[in-house]
Amino acid sequence: MTQDITRLSAADLASALRNKDVTSVEATQAHLDRIAAVDGDLHAFLHVSSEEALATAAEVDAKRAAGDELHPLAGVPIAVKDVVVTKGLPTTAGSKILEGWIPPYDATLVERIKAAGLPILGKTNMDEFAMGSSTEHSAYGNTKNPWDLDRIPGGSGGGSAAAVAGFEAPLAIGTDTGGSIRQPGAVTGTVGVKPTYGGVSRYGLIAMASSLDQAGPVSRSVLDAALLHELIGGHDPHDSTSINEPVPGVVAAAQQGAKGDLKGLRVGVVKELSGEGYQAGVSARFDESLDQLRSLGAEIVEVSCPSFGYALDAYYLIMPAEASSNLAKFDGMRFGLRVEPTDGPVTAERVMGATRGAGFGDEVKRRVILGTYALSAGYYDAYYGSAQKVRTLIQRDFAAAFEQADVLVSPTAPTTAFKFGEKLDDPLAMYLNDIATIPANLAGVPGMSLPNGLSDDGLPVGFQILAPAKADDRLYRVGAALEAALESRWGGPILNQAPELKTTELAR
Amino acid sequence: MTAQTSATAPKLVAYEDAVRRYDPVLGIEVHVELGTLTKMFCAAEVAYGGEPNTQVTPVSLGLPGALPVVNGKAVEYAIRIGLALNCSISENCRFARKNYFYPDVPKNFQTSQYDEPIAFDGWIDIELDDGEVFRVEIERAHMEEDAGKNTHVGGLTGRIQGAEYSLVDYNRAGIPLVEIVTRPIEGAGERAPEVARAYVQTLRDIFRSLDVSEARMERGNVRADVNLSLRPTPESPLGTRTETKNVNSFRSIERSVRYEVSRQAGVLDAGHTVIQETRHFHEEDGTTSSGRVKSDAEDYRYFPEPDLVPVAPSREWVEEIRATLPEMPVARRRRLQTDWGYADAEMRDVVNAGAIDLIEATVAAGTSAAGARKWWMGELARRAKQDEIMLEDLVVTPAQIAQLQGLVESGRINDKIARQVLEGVLAGEGDPEAVVVSRDLEIVSDDGPLLAAIDDALAAQPDIVEKVRGGNQGPVGAIIGAVMKATKGQADAKRVRELVLDRIGS
Repeated sequence: MTQDITRLSAADLASALRNKDVTSVEATQAHLDRIAAVDGDLHAFLHVSSEEALATAAEVDAKRAAGDELHPLAGVPIAVKDVVVTKGLPTTAGSKILEGWIPPYDATLVERIKAAGLPILGKTNMDEFAMGSSTEHSAYGNTKNPWDLDRIPGGSGGGSAAAVAGFEAPLAIGTDTGGSIRQPGAVTGTVGVKPTYGGVSRYGLIAMASSLDQAGPVSRSVLDAALLHELIGGHDPHDSTSINEPVPGVVAAAQQGAKGDLKGLRVGVVKELSGEGYQAGVSARFDESLDQLRSLGAEIVEVSCPSFGYALDAYYLIMPAEASSNLAKFDGMRFGLRVEPTDGPVTAERVMGATRGAGFGDEVKRRVILGTYALSAGYYDAYYGSAQKVRTLIQRDFAAAFEQADVLVSPTAPTTAFKFGEKLDDPLAMYLNDIATIPANLAGVPGMSLPNGLSDDGLPVGFQILAPAKADDRLYRVGAALEAALESRWGGPILNQAPELKTTELAR
Repeated sequence: MTAQTSATAPKLVAYEDAVRRYDPVLGIEVHVELGTLTKMFCAAEVAYGGEPNTQVTPVSLGLPGALPVVNGKAVEYAIRIGLALNCSISENCRFARKNYFYPDVPKNFQTSQYDEPIAFDGWIDIELDDGEVFRVEIERAHMEEDAGKNTHVGGLTGRIQGAEYSLVDYNRAGIPLVEIVTRPIEGAGERAPEVARAYVQTLRDIFRSLDVSEARMERGNVRADVNLSLRPTPESPLGTRTETKNVNSFRSIERSVRYEVSRQAGVLDAGHTVIQETRHFHEEDGTTSSGRVKSDAEDYRYFPEPDLVPVAPSREWVEEIRATLPEMPVARRRRLQTDWGYADAEMRDVVNAGAIDLIEATVAAGTSAAGARKWWMGELARRAKQDEIMLEDLVVTPAQIAQLQGLVESGRINDKIARQVLEGVLAGEGDPEAVVVSRDLEIVSDDGPLLAAIDDALAAQPDIVEKVRGGNQGPVGAIIGAVMKATKGQADAKRVRELVLDRIGS
């Protein structure tokens, strides 16, 4: 092939593989080379599994040569966020407390990826236990934003977003508890989808907040996200909260949407998710895209979700409460780090304390303490109980809004990528980054972020689409329509405008 | 500095004295391990005695990323138990997390039920040794998972204090449990120890008849925590309770309650207050000792388990389960007593002797209830006692007893012969019919050989013959006795008498 394989979309690479223009080994090697060339700067990966990826690729090539029936994405490499357990591959969730742990089992979504023959390039960096919006809380160093190496790639899934934006992988897996797929997508110019809660199995995702966590696709195009969504989605008997229904036809919806006809579609603009606190460039691009949607035939209506004003407060009670319990198992007794107290008796309780003291970072400790407090006797009703009531109100707001509109839209994040360290000492400022993404998690509805051009500072901004639960296909229809219109205006994907990354000479 | 701890233990008060002056109130928590094939929340096998840490999955080891899925069979068993205990079954209930750090709890929280138990508001009648029926009210029965098992190595008597290291076996972690909690059991008075024991015994019988657990106390399938408090009178408010953990035999339950009554009475007599705490029971000397102090402020930070959806058993399913419930032990006893027409005292003896199933089977084989009782509570009970074995362990079947009694009732043998036949049966000589034939024990009904024996007896005692002829029938018994002796007891005594009188009169 004359074209650089790593610049292809997953869909195009898949068809090149199908047409035997390229082998999976070639495609996988090209991405491994790209990782070797740029990841020294980007640090999107915590672990690169070259050998395993190439073995999978060779296997797929052999099957293809033998004429076996293959999954449409067979042979297309993928990166997996390090919060997802992978049998035989180190899995740390960005934490020192799991350094060196090799899981003995695969997450359900990893089983599906392996069964479909996608070579896993490696595990991507993230905020420790997915707690953060900048990937600065990783215990293993910052991931850089390919658009500006002095800036954050978003979080917690900064590694997956940067890997895809930096052409190290065409596809990646993310997880989204309060925006960890969508916000990194927005600030790196990539596509990220949080499916309906229960749409993708959580079995094998190292849990932060069980009632909010959801895995989803990270890609450079809406269609690519749909292809991956259909692969990893669907019922899993190992996850009680998994929806026992077929995955909505998201690929078909993306293909239909790409034709650009949105006649009859009602698009609701959430009043509460705009205005003050939103960067001027972010608001300007958002308004332009509303015009774009209107020109495609959509009707734009304003909707109000008054309870969204309490979403952040409720989120920062429910999430830490569940996390404090989910993270209790990291105690040095069965797996991962074990630290013995330096003086005094070595009792189980003191080993647990020493291990957790040494193994958890500050943000994790902050949330565990918050959550423990919120669940304490005498405080439960005031904190966790009230937060659950807010959650119900937010769900009602969504239900009412979806009476008036088929999808809801907003900017994904209020600002473009900020510089490293800018918000590290101000947790509240950091938390505000997720103001537009959190309501979807609280209500369990699906959301997508797709590239929405560049702000005045030349950095990418995201456009968020939200749909009713189990109507994930609407995200793809609207997203693909808007993407097609915007790309024709830009003359190609937004990532074409990203600066070239400095590549280091390959040793081989 | 710790002056309030009861380092100097007040004297025990004699039990009889204690219950004269204080009213004991019980509260019992029973955990039963369900006999499901797999664990509460994963497909790990449930089996007794496996190599440590072989019956585990990522879920029961609490590995990162693993998620629980509710075992439907365990829910069914919990509902069976709830229905058997006359409980209401929840239409929609959630699991909750009970958060505490301990190495035998792999996730450092136990998945349990908190404020939404699957079954609640029930009762169960238990029968005491004298046949009195005592009603125990059930507050709730809820589902949860068992913890793993710690083994402390290197210390004294396997306790954690002084141990060099500890090993954890997670085979037990995640085995389904149902915990049954009573309301305060009031009114037991001096019979509190017996009530506690009989309650747990009744539950054990119920678990077995429901087929939800092997319910073997010695394997820890059934574990009881016994709460006890004393108050001056039944009208007084409840006193401070202690909870004696894991009392694992019926006898120990009775002993531990007796001991706690005596101990708490001593504490109260000395003017101290009972400390709310958990206590351990010691089999060796029948005492309890202080465990950890348990205050109501202990904070498990319960919250609804977000990894599980609520359990919502349909009413149809609950009714289906109800329809398959076997008769409960106490109800069955009442029914059988009515059917059999036994007096209360007779029925109590039958129950205590463990003869209820044997008599039921004997009656089913065609014997009258009175006949069956005569054998099982008479000769057979005597034999069992003599051999120091259980009635059911005698080598005789209810069918054989039915056959034996049939032989008596048809007049083919008499009661005395029947005991000899039974000897033969117990000696392994076969069924009663066979023994009668092989030992040649059938009653002689042909007058020929009898007349010969009578004539011999008359000839041997001419003086008696004279007296009878003279109108004095008194001494005739001597002749009859001689005839019976000559026929080895096989003759029908009534017929012998007729023939003797006939002979003398002619």
